Amino acid sequence: MADAPEGGGLVFKPMDQFKLADLFGGSEIGMLTITNSTLWMAFSIVAIALFMVAGTRGRAIVPSRVQSLAEMTYGFVYNMVIDVSGKDAARYFPYIMTLFMFILFANFLALIPMSFSPTSQFAVTGMLAIAVFVTVLVIGFAKNGLGFLSLFWITSAPTVVRPILAVIEFILFWMRPVSHAVRLGGAILAGHALLKVFAGFAQITVAAPLALLGVVAIYALEVLVAGIQAYVFTILTCVYLKDALHPHH
Amino acid sequence: MEGDIAQMGQFIGAGLAAIGSGAAAIGVGHVAGNFLAGALRNPSAAGGQTATLFIGIAFAEALGIFAFLVALLLMFAV
Repeated sequence: MADAPEGGGLVFKPMDQFKLADLFGGSEIGMLTITNSTLWMAFSIVAIALFMVAGTRGRAIVPSRVQSLAEMTYGFVYNMVIDVSGKDAARYFPYIMTLFMFILFANFLALIPMSFSPTSQFAVTGMLAIAVFVTVLVIGFAKNGLGFLSLFWITSAPTVVRPILAVIEFILFWMRPVSHAVRLGGAILAGHALLKVFAGFAQITVAAPLALLGVVAIYALEVLVAGIQAYVFTILTCVYLKDALHPHH
Repeated sequence: MEGDIAQMGQFIGAGLAAIGSGAAAIGVGHVAGNFLAGALRNPSAAGGQTATLFIGIAFAEALGIFAFLVALLLMFAV
């Protein structure tokens, strides 16, 4: 554990960076406390707003750099929604775009040294995942009525195994928000903890240059992971949305 | 060499749970390797399948992250 070694030298505190703290110095953290996590979520929302406002302000025929970046992000997410969930999912594009931008910016802002990563908090990713789960349930039942339950009845399988598959699919369905949330939170948590562990190796003077190189390499990997996890979260949302719109296999 | 046996169990359990990360690595490598093998046979069809690739990787990776979560829970929450 973090504070275990006493005679042995190295001190690692990889989990300290994830501690929530009241911004105004209070010690109790309740439902509505403004914490450092809230602050960094607010930063990412401000950054998204600035990015999109700056990107759409000019509306030039020959786009500036910011405008083409904003247009590329928009087109990327739009194509993903259409490709994965089908044409009729375009109605839900704003929600998915919001999710993508929020997670992407929260992940990237968390890579600034001394910042806080809200997407490493399972409370944050859990709420995002539960929101997606409830949305899928509501859309599924609103669009298909009880026909949504045919999601669990796989007609392409032999009749004998269908009940067994139905049970498995049902359990899998309820595991969706868990895996959805833990995948994002866990990946970011693990990456940032790993950075701290490698930084901790710099306590050995001989290994310090190597530790520094390791931190740089892992930081590069984390930049990749930040983008990929935002993409994966969004694309899984699209897959779940496709299930809600077209439950028949 | 002191400490209680429950803590030893926690550490051993966390170490065992870390094996799951390696198993997930095998899974992710399998998905990506097969994608590459298929993509090199028919490069023109590969571009449209990147979404499927990432979905496959995400599902394989999720179980590894569950194992990591178990290790974390053993280390810090039990």
